[in-house]
Amino acid sequence: MAVKSNSSEQNWDIVVKPKQSLFNLNLKEVWAYKDLIFLMVKRDITAQYKQTILGPVWMLIQPIFTTIVFTITFGYIAKIKTDGVPSMLFYMIGLTFWTYFADCLNKTASTFTANASIFGKVYFPRLVIPISVIISNIIKLLIQFTLLLLFWFYFLIKTNTLTPQYHLLILLPFLLLMLALLGLAFGLIASSLTTKYRDFTFLLGFGVQLFMYGSCIIFPISLTGIYSKILMYNPVAAIIEAIRFIFTGSGYFSIQYLSIAFLFTTLLMAFALIIFNKTEKSFMDTV
Amino acid sequence: MLNPVIQINNLGKQYRLGEVSGKTIADDFKRWIHKIKGKEDPFLKIGDENDRTKNGNSDYIWALKDISFSVNQGDVLGIIGKNGAGKSTLLKILSRTTSPSIGEYKIKGRVASLLEVGTGFHPDLTGRENVFLNGAILGMTRHEIKNQFDEIVDFSGVERYIDTPVKRYSSGMYVRLAFAVAAHLNPEILIVDEVLAVGDAEFQKKCLGKMKDVSEKGRTVIFVSHNLSAVRTLCNKVLYLQNGKFVEIGETSAVIDKYLAGDKINTINGLIPQNASTYQNNDAKFLSFNLLNKKNETIDTLYYEQNFIIEFSLQVNRTIPKAIIDFSIGTLDTRYTYTSTFDTNANYIKLEQGIYSIRLQLSPKITPGTYTFYMGVHDFENGGLTLDFIEKIGVVTILQFKEISGEKFPLNTSFGNVRIDGKWDINKI
Repeated sequence: MAVKSNSSEQNWDIVVKPKQSLFNLNLKEVWAYKDLIFLMVKRDITAQYKQTILGPVWMLIQPIFTTIVFTITFGYIAKIKTDGVPSMLFYMIGLTFWTYFADCLNKTASTFTANASIFGKVYFPRLVIPISVIISNIIKLLIQFTLLLLFWFYFLIKTNTLTPQYHLLILLPFLLLMLALLGLAFGLIASSLTTKYRDFTFLLGFGVQLFMYGSCIIFPISLTGIYSKILMYNPVAAIIEAIRFIFTGSGYFSIQYLSIAFLFTTLLMAFALIIFNKTEKSFMDTV
Repeated sequence: MLNPVIQINNLGKQYRLGEVSGKTIADDFKRWIHKIKGKEDPFLKIGDENDRTKNGNSDYIWALKDISFSVNQGDVLGIIGKNGAGKSTLLKILSRTTSPSIGEYKIKGRVASLLEVGTGFHPDLTGRENVFLNGAILGMTRHEIKNQFDEIVDFSGVERYIDTPVKRYSSGMYVRLAFAVAAHLNPEILIVDEVLAVGDAEFQKKCLGKMKDVSEKGRTVIFVSHNLSAVRTLCNKVLYLQNGKFVEIGETSAVIDKYLAGDKINTINGLIPQNASTYQNNDAKFLSFNLLNKKNETIDTLYYEQNFIIEFSLQVNRTIPKAIIDFSIGTLDTRYTYTSTFDTNANYIKLEQGIYSIRLQLSPKITPGTYTFYMGVHDFENGGLTLDFIEKIGVVTILQFKEISGEKFPLNTSFGNVRIDGKWDINKI
């Protein structure tokens, strides 16, 4: 009898216990649901622009207008110096990547609360949702990035203040990945915390906005004087500054701070996965 | 071949009552401290049984506790119990939308849970897009959906609207399309909630038909329902839960009868308890009820075709010129089988203030099984106003054998409740 149960023990496909190891991520299972990720990405993108005439063109209109408003407000009225970079290009670079980070964070943060009706009825690896958020935002970013390249190209020809660091372009995908993971990690933590205590929704609402001011989107790090040393510990600031340096030659590129950012991202991601993994199992009881 | 595909050991699920508040944080903190010290969760040791009518001492209740059973391949398991018995909680745990507080379970094979149809339908997407999305949410691959797409659309009957956003659909079309996707799932284990069977009769039939198909293919089905006749027809095994606790698992009719017997009215030495009536005004009241054999002995089991006597007493508080007394035999799930209004020349009788003793001799041809009784007294002149009505009083089991000859009832399972004498004429041509 014991032998029999022992041999059949290995045949179980699903074994559920209340306590499971912290890192039981089931990435294999997530992979099995790759079609769902694909369809979720498709849904995110198509559903967003349904019943609009301009459709995905809105993806371009939004950054252009925001850039114009920022240029006028901070460049012409507040007269913030932008390290010799045309202020329009300066803000566009910052905003394009900041928007990606902020969108990843905000959308991921509502993973549990926004999908409670689905999660309550059907099981699939919950990580599917945040992953699809990251991917659909990458697609949006690529489109906006193309726009950015056009502007950059225009300023490159028209002015002679830009000294792009072409040899560092190879770092760009890596910086992007870090930005994505940061957004994902913060979002996962926020989503896990908000399932039970909604207090964090409020914190997140203005927190992200305030975080922008500390991430060198509006002013270059060079303007912050003695605070720049502290500010560079903000991984988003370090990444944005590095990207600006690659495209314009001005900005603050530091392998040291980028390494810190990388380390921070990795640790944060690990922490986020643990807490998300713990939450996903029983969040339906407290959401 | 008994091949268990689901094995559940000591499963339990605890919920906290009340709102999320400061006290919740305090409890969470206490739990966390215990965890750091490597101790057990302190809140799992407390908690009341889930009986919503009583006020307990604890904020914690056990929606499910100490549940252990296994399901074999090809079983169609029905889960029954009253509201709050833990049926839905069990389904939620098995379909992995929440995890148990204690215990564990193991599953073999691909599970699809249909706790609702159209999960994840996005109103702005077209029918086509939603079929793919919903299919993927239910666990199908894109390839599988593509292969069956035409069938799904055909089954749903909304072909013309397939490229229109589903928010423009009528609710009927929406449900049909959603169900069409679900019907093309091919899981090894299907978990179905009865909410699925809400809808028009045709839709219910489709749902139940689909479950039958699945089970006939040797797949395993778990079905939660209040609809006992659906459970009776579909399931070969039934699990009975009460207040979050396991009561019994076993062969369908036996468990259902046990469940139904659970809410009958028990008499004490033939006396009817005070609050037993379903309807009652103060003009008349049944006092006692007894089931007797010919020797006037109280019994609860009858041989097949055995005659018996019902004896009951009635207290009357005002003169009722035209009273009607009715007495019925029925199954425990309230299917009346036999009704006898007392046989006098008129169909009513004059009752005066006082206590009456009433005896009724019956020789009904009822097939073997478990039955209960219903009785009422009504005022004919007041438009049939019910003065007292008692449902499910006493239970009697009718055996498979006749009293004297020992002749056996010809069938092991009976399809009806009344045997009608007939004259058969069979000729070979």
